[in-house]
Amino acid sequence: MALTLVGKKIGMTRVFSEDGKRSIPVTVLDMTPSVVTQVRTVETDGYSAVQLGWGELKPRNSTMPQIGHDAKAGTTPKRTHTESRMAEDEAGGFELGQLVGLDTLDGVAYVDVIGTSKGKGFQGGIKRHGFKGQQATHGVERKHRSPGSIGGHGNNAGKAGRIKKGKKMAGRMGDVRVTARSLDVIRIDAERHLLLVKGPVPGANGGTVMVRPAIRLNRSKGKKVSS
Amino acid sequence: MGAQEIIASFNTEALKSDLPRMDVGDTINVHARIVEGEKERIQIFAGVLISRKGKGMEEMITVRRVTDNQGVERMWPINSPMIAKFEVVRRADSRRAKLYFLRDRVGKSRRLRDRRRGMKHVEGQKTIG
Repeated sequence: MALTLVGKKIGMTRVFSEDGKRSIPVTVLDMTPSVVTQVRTVETDGYSAVQLGWGELKPRNSTMPQIGHDAKAGTTPKRTHTESRMAEDEAGGFELGQLVGLDTLDGVAYVDVIGTSKGKGFQGGIKRHGFKGQQATHGVERKHRSPGSIGGHGNNAGKAGRIKKGKKMAGRMGDVRVTARSLDVIRIDAERHLLLVKGPVPGANGGTVMVRPAIRLNRSKGKKVSS
Repeated sequence: MGAQEIIASFNTEALKSDLPRMDVGDTINVHARIVEGEKERIQIFAGVLISRKGKGMEEMITVRRVTDNQGVERMWPINSPMIAKFEVVRRADSRRAKLYFLRDRVGKSRRLRDRRRGMKHVEGQKTIG
């Protein structure tokens, strides 16, 4: 599998297409190069992968194990560490301390962007799961946004006298890992390590995001790539 | 470089530098480029500038005109390459930032006070017009 890079969401703006006809909404991502902090092998770790460290961290804010781990790669302690699983011969091509950045996305038309969505707090069923709620009139009183019956059976057959596990209800919403799939790569600014993708990406400005070449494309985007 | 400067830096070459001074209330001609197949022509939309909102690359303008008793409003990004030119035809005095009240006005009350007549004379200040 391809390398998953780490970066930061900066914010959104717009760019105009080459012919000027369309205005494209874009998210600007700061993709400062990551450092290879560990290469995992089947022999020692049971699987093969490449570990990347990203983001500066003051030594006084980091633990001794962390400093030692990153020092092995000859670098300062990093804030975020991620691993990308890949075949052993592929992973063997990476060296400790090597910098990897946007050059790995050369020629990639679509990327997946993974982030942590904005926390929404405790929300009802309508906002959280898209429930329809009840009618506004016709005698409905004080229950316009309630979820309705939540069943009392527990299993599909009938009468267990409890609620089925995983029943959709009100609760904490957001602040979860979300993947925005197959976003168009609009521009790569290799000099300043900036990546422009079309549309929004999960999370607040300044949040950490992970970027990888799209692993699956829908039909229309797949056609564009093959042609 | 701060986040906002990075975002702004993508648009430095796209930002228009030759924009005339346009205030809300002014009557302007918008020279919009219309592309039909291979051919391209300019269509002029003349009307009152009733709203400017947003900043930098995100700035949008709303222009309202009335034809055959039918109000028409169009919005453009001010920096859109599809707009060839803006022309200010008449300057008017406006006390408000958004002239949405013009939508409810009929007849003579739709007119706005001309800037030249409306401006009080201030010593040392040049009047526009």
